[in-house]
Amino acid sequence: GFTSKADPQGSGRITAQVIEHLERLALVDFGSCEAVARLEKAIAFADRLRAVDTDGVEPMESVLEDRCLYLRSDNVVEGNCADELLQNSHRVVEEYFVAPPGNISLPKLDEQEPFPHS
Amino acid sequence: MLRWVGRGRLWTFARVDGGSCHRREAPTGSTSNWIRGQSSVAQQPLCMTQKPRKGEHKWAAVVGLEIHAQISSNSKLFSGSQVRFSAPPNSLVSFFDASLPGTLPVLNRRCVEAAVMTGLALNCHINKKSLFDRKHYFYADLPAGYQITQQRLPIAVNGSLTYGVCAGKKQSQVIPKTVRIKQIQLEQDSGKSLHDDLRSQTLIDLNRAGVGLLEVVLEPDLSCGEEAATAVRELQLILQALGTSQANMAEGQLRVDANISVHHPGEPLGVRTEVKNLNSIRFLAKAIDYEIQRQINELENGGEILNETRSFHYQLGCTMSMRDKEGKQDYRFMPEPNLPPLVLYDATSLPAGADPQQVINIDQIRETLPELPSVTRERLVQQYGMLLEHSFTLLNEVGLLEFFQNVIKETRAEPKKVTSWVLNTFLGYLKQQNLAVSESPVTPSALAELLDLLDSRTISSAAAKQVFEELWKREGKTPGQIVSEKQLELMEDRGALEQLCHSMMEAHPQVVMDLKKGNPRAINKLIGLVRKATQSRADPAMIKEILEKKLSS
Repeated sequence: GFTSKADPQGSGRITAQVIEHLERLALVDFGSCEAVARLEKAIAFADRLRAVDTDGVEPMESVLEDRCLYLRSDNVVEGNCADELLQNSHRVVEEYFVAPPGNISLPKLDEQEPFPHS
Repeated sequence: MLRWVGRGRLWTFARVDGGSCHRREAPTGSTSNWIRGQSSVAQQPLCMTQKPRKGEHKWAAVVGLEIHAQISSNSKLFSGSQVRFSAPPNSLVSFFDASLPGTLPVLNRRCVEAAVMTGLALNCHINKKSLFDRKHYFYADLPAGYQITQQRLPIAVNGSLTYGVCAGKKQSQVIPKTVRIKQIQLEQDSGKSLHDDLRSQTLIDLNRAGVGLLEVVLEPDLSCGEEAATAVRELQLILQALGTSQANMAEGQLRVDANISVHHPGEPLGVRTEVKNLNSIRFLAKAIDYEIQRQINELENGGEILNETRSFHYQLGCTMSMRDKEGKQDYRFMPEPNLPPLVLYDATSLPAGADPQQVINIDQIRETLPELPSVTRERLVQQYGMLLEHSFTLLNEVGLLEFFQNVIKETRAEPKKVTSWVLNTFLGYLKQQNLAVSESPVTPSALAELLDLLDSRTISSAAAKQVFEELWKREGKTPGQIVSEKQLELMEDRGALEQLCHSMMEAHPQVVMDLKKGNPRAINKLIGLVRKATQSRADPAMIKEILEKKLSS
């Protein structure tokens, strides 16, 4: 399913562990107490959905579910714009985008600054 | 110095996020020549695991495969840029493929048809409604940071793939086996990474990003490398027959990942490992068998199996860990918000007055399915009276069936003769010199002409073999020309033959005496002598008849 695991205590507090996990997954730096507090408020806001009685109601798959999915014919109509696209890249080597090698490891967990949120 | 990542390279990068990072390096480059020279996969014993030591139970291996096949289409799955194997870097990339803001996915009809065709050919239930999702992970060749796939509700489910495993003393028996298909889903391919270790950078080519893939997930019904290889080969043949994918492993159009575990029968399943970097059918079998044995050895020595991803190193013939300490990957699946559900129709549900370009009719697709390999084999057996094993060989060798059919078209000779010549003589020469059918110096017409000469008794069987050898030299001569040049025509002149027999008998009185004394084998010597004198131009049966007549008179 797509719902994230709810905070086990149901109190709306986000643990340091969850923050670290989210930071690694999404490469987002929470960085501050305020950011975490904002996250907790956002979750509390969304939690109010639970107040709605959805017994016997078939969940929607998508807000687009009543729309028709348009099917495109299999013709080549795009591409051939390497120069344009490469302009977006900070570094370029002979028509290739340049990225850092493989995946860079994040600093090990115990090497990090202790997280401000307790 | 730049090089493609792939075979033989040790994985050294650490991961960004927690878990086994998704690494999909496409197998590039050609398969090495040594594969073709070796004996066929089928000659391995059928699923034999290591003999158990005294007092130990038998081991059973469980193998599940995830197969990615590139869809054969002009344009990509969600954009109108071209699908092509080689082109200047980043020249086949649209704004959507490069994940520029403001771009949206637009589904390619041909890719949906390809998925439906493949699902039908594999006996799947086609879901009339299927959904698209986003699978998130970070890698430089995935510019969006997610792949659009079908995780919740794929387009086809619950199918089966039947394949034939060679067994018996001479691998001549074909045993049908079936592996269940869990599902088939549509998804995007990623771009390609070129690792430059010298300068500590990765070069990204997005030409492949967004190309349509069919992921075929097999249930873990397979139990060894040979079964897996045979099943994948059959899937390859099916995809090629359908035209939905060219399924060429060497060009990365077909990629296979294997999930392998071992356990004692009756006990729960063991921990599984995932083996990647399998870029030929041959390596697939080797890697799986190696991994099964490695796991057995590990467990028998008191060790444990880690749930990890391993890479197959073909030069060393072993799997090595893509060491992963950070736990399971979390792909944070979510519905693709820009795509409504994909709805398919059949004859009964087709809405009246609908734009045919905008609807896909499953029944109509079913009616236009081409002949599948299993049906082709049956037909060959019925039509030409060949053995089932022969039909397997004809289909397994690229281009051989077409060659065979072209010979049949042009020759008067019996189909059984054609089968024998194509599968024994022709294929034998090809294998000996490691050639593909397309590289053959002998054309179907040439072989047909040769078989006609044989059929009309213009030449003997031995002479025909000689002519074939000459044809193989690629000197541009037709069989007819070779026959006249080397004077290989069967002696039609019975009178001349009788004279020859007579003179041979006169020249070898001892042999004649032996014969008259009642030694039946002496006649073979005489026949041999006469044949030699005629340079194999006389029919041995006729020689024998004449000699016997003379002896009795």
